[in-house]
Amino acid sequence: MNPTAKISPREEFINLYLENLDLITENSAGALNTARQSALENFKLLGFPSTKSEKYKYMKVEAIFTNDFEKYFTPKCISFNVDDIFRCDIPSLDTYLALTLNGFYLNNPNLLSVFENGVIIGSLAEAAKKYPNVVAKYYNTLSENDEDGLVALNTAFSQDGAFIYIPKGIKVEKPIQIINLLMSDEQQMVQYRNLIIAEENSQANIAICDHTLSPAKFLSNVVTEVFTNRNANIDVVCMQNQHNDSTQFTHIFAKQERDSNFSTNTISLHGGTIRNNVNVLLNDEGCENHTYGLALVDRTQHVDMYSFIDHAKPNCTSNELYKAILDDEATGAFNGRILVRRDAQKTQAFQSNNNLLLTTDTRMYTKPQLEIYADDVKCSHGATVGQLDMDAKFYMQSRGISERESKLLLMFGFAHDVVGNIKIEVLRDRIDELVNKRLRGELSRCHNCPMNCC
Amino acid sequence: MLTIKNLHAGINGNKILNGINLEVKAGEIHAIMGPNGSGKSTLSAVLAGRDIFEVTQGEISFNGKDIFEMSPEERSREGLFLSFQYPIEIPGVSMVNFMKTALNEHRKYKGLDPLSASDFLKLMRERKELVEIDSALTNRAVNEGFSGGEKKKNEIFQMAMLEPKLAILDETDSGLDIDALRIVANGVNKLKRPDNATIVITHYQRLLDYIIPDFVHILYNGKIVKTGGKELAMELEDKGYDWIKDEEDI
Repeated sequence: MNPTAKISPREEFINLYLENLDLITENSAGALNTARQSALENFKLLGFPSTKSEKYKYMKVEAIFTNDFEKYFTPKCISFNVDDIFRCDIPSLDTYLALTLNGFYLNNPNLLSVFENGVIIGSLAEAAKKYPNVVAKYYNTLSENDEDGLVALNTAFSQDGAFIYIPKGIKVEKPIQIINLLMSDEQQMVQYRNLIIAEENSQANIAICDHTLSPAKFLSNVVTEVFTNRNANIDVVCMQNQHNDSTQFTHIFAKQERDSNFSTNTISLHGGTIRNNVNVLLNDEGCENHTYGLALVDRTQHVDMYSFIDHAKPNCTSNELYKAILDDEATGAFNGRILVRRDAQKTQAFQSNNNLLLTTDTRMYTKPQLEIYADDVKCSHGATVGQLDMDAKFYMQSRGISERESKLLLMFGFAHDVVGNIKIEVLRDRIDELVNKRLRGELSRCHNCPMNCC
Repeated sequence: MLTIKNLHAGINGNKILNGINLEVKAGEIHAIMGPNGSGKSTLSAVLAGRDIFEVTQGEISFNGKDIFEMSPEERSREGLFLSFQYPIEIPGVSMVNFMKTALNEHRKYKGLDPLSASDFLKLMRERKELVEIDSALTNRAVNEGFSGGEKKKNEIFQMAMLEPKLAILDETDSGLDIDALRIVANGVNKLKRPDNATIVITHYQRLLDYIIPDFVHILYNGKIVKTGGKELAMELEDKGYDWIKDEEDI
């Protein structure tokens, strides 16, 4: 081989895998290790998504991965006191708390906690050791390693993450909160994995918060698989608050069984480049799905929102609402696909994407898609790209509210449409407040976790 | 309180107001009547500071200050209130948040501290009762999904909250049934004080049965062509606008 030839990022990652396989395997367990090799083969074939792919048309993915990021395959010991970093902001929000640092679950106080009601919250690697059958039954059964190179890359490399298990019939009253922290002196890449399993008739509210705690460049590529079994009810709120030098890829894969209810609400407050993929499979009758997203971007930020709702069976309902506010020179894309398969009669599927452009230098690309192969369905989709309503602004000014405040109120109202769907009241109020602060420019890089973190 | 001298204004190069002169003093109620397209709504929009209208000539002073030097919000804080002919729906912004922000801006302008949450809610309750507005309306987003009548009542409620020196009611009676009309008119009358003034803009004499004007002005082709007492409104009701048109067009 010609030593001067520059190798491609794809080859770089393949080599990285081969060189570190022992270390990767050693610091992980069971099902995670079993899935690696074939995922790497997938990645070899697929490589990074290119702009030629309709799904990644507005992102140069490979260019992001050419940056020289450090990768660690053992949990790096950073001594810090959690209490020093976080202040309890809303004491009324009492949560089950889980923390990850740079992709590894923090032993705080345990790697894996089993609660009285049978709920298990902890490290995915640890769960793969202690409950190999449960993890193996679900792990990597939804992620599309053969379709998206980034997902395959995650499966090949991920060693840990959060594991949540809600047993049959258990309704978890307190919200479960996973806080993912990135903290490093050097620029770093992390790839971790979350697995959420809700057994029959169970119910839980989960908040996932992503934060950067140091100014170094970060790149994360995260896959989350969620299983909502028969008649279960799961609500996931994702709060993204990373600094402008960070790049974040998130892939949620969810499967719903009969009469289940699953919602995601992704609030992108901050981040340099953000890509959020949500894939939902409605795998049996009577399912209800809600997929919401809100992105607030400014300066040169980019947000890319992708969703795929697969109505595979009859009598299911899905409801999608994505909104973005773009300022300065920010860019954004929405690509939402609803597929109603041939047998999925009596489907009700709704999708809407509304965007607010505050300057003429912003760009928003939106592509709502509806693919229907059944003949007895009720579906709609639509997208709008517009500016602030000048009549509404004048109306507020005529009541004595300043122009700036009027604009802020309008933006806040626009965003509240999404935030208002968060079910836990304290969380909803808190996020409303954060959105308000973000729109006012008072929220920059966040050192205090915006949630209840003690 | 308000002095308009030789006001000319238009939109997109079309002249709408052609030299309006009007003087409103504290304690007075003025009615401005006129046929469609005579410039009634343009006049109220220019007074409130809507920037899509261009003022080409004339002056307006409000409380001795040049109104054109003031932004719409400053005019409001100075005590000008426009009840919109078509109130705007603002989804996602709650009435409470909207009114609290507005009221506190007014208080700040007067050098007062913001009202506490409980004092604000108390004030809101009082004013709701005063203008007989349904309690539930203030729990919703501003005008969102309100019926035509509810929107107009909401305008009067906002007026009760802000206690303006000069209220301009732009076609507040349009789209109201007789009960709603009475409630709106009662609200206006209850808010009447010797130190404030009202301009009622309307097509019909009907509203003036409830709000008794001191002066009635007839606006036609962007000019006030006749001024009289409340009997002028009755005469207009009898003879219709053609009477004025005929007189003017000769």
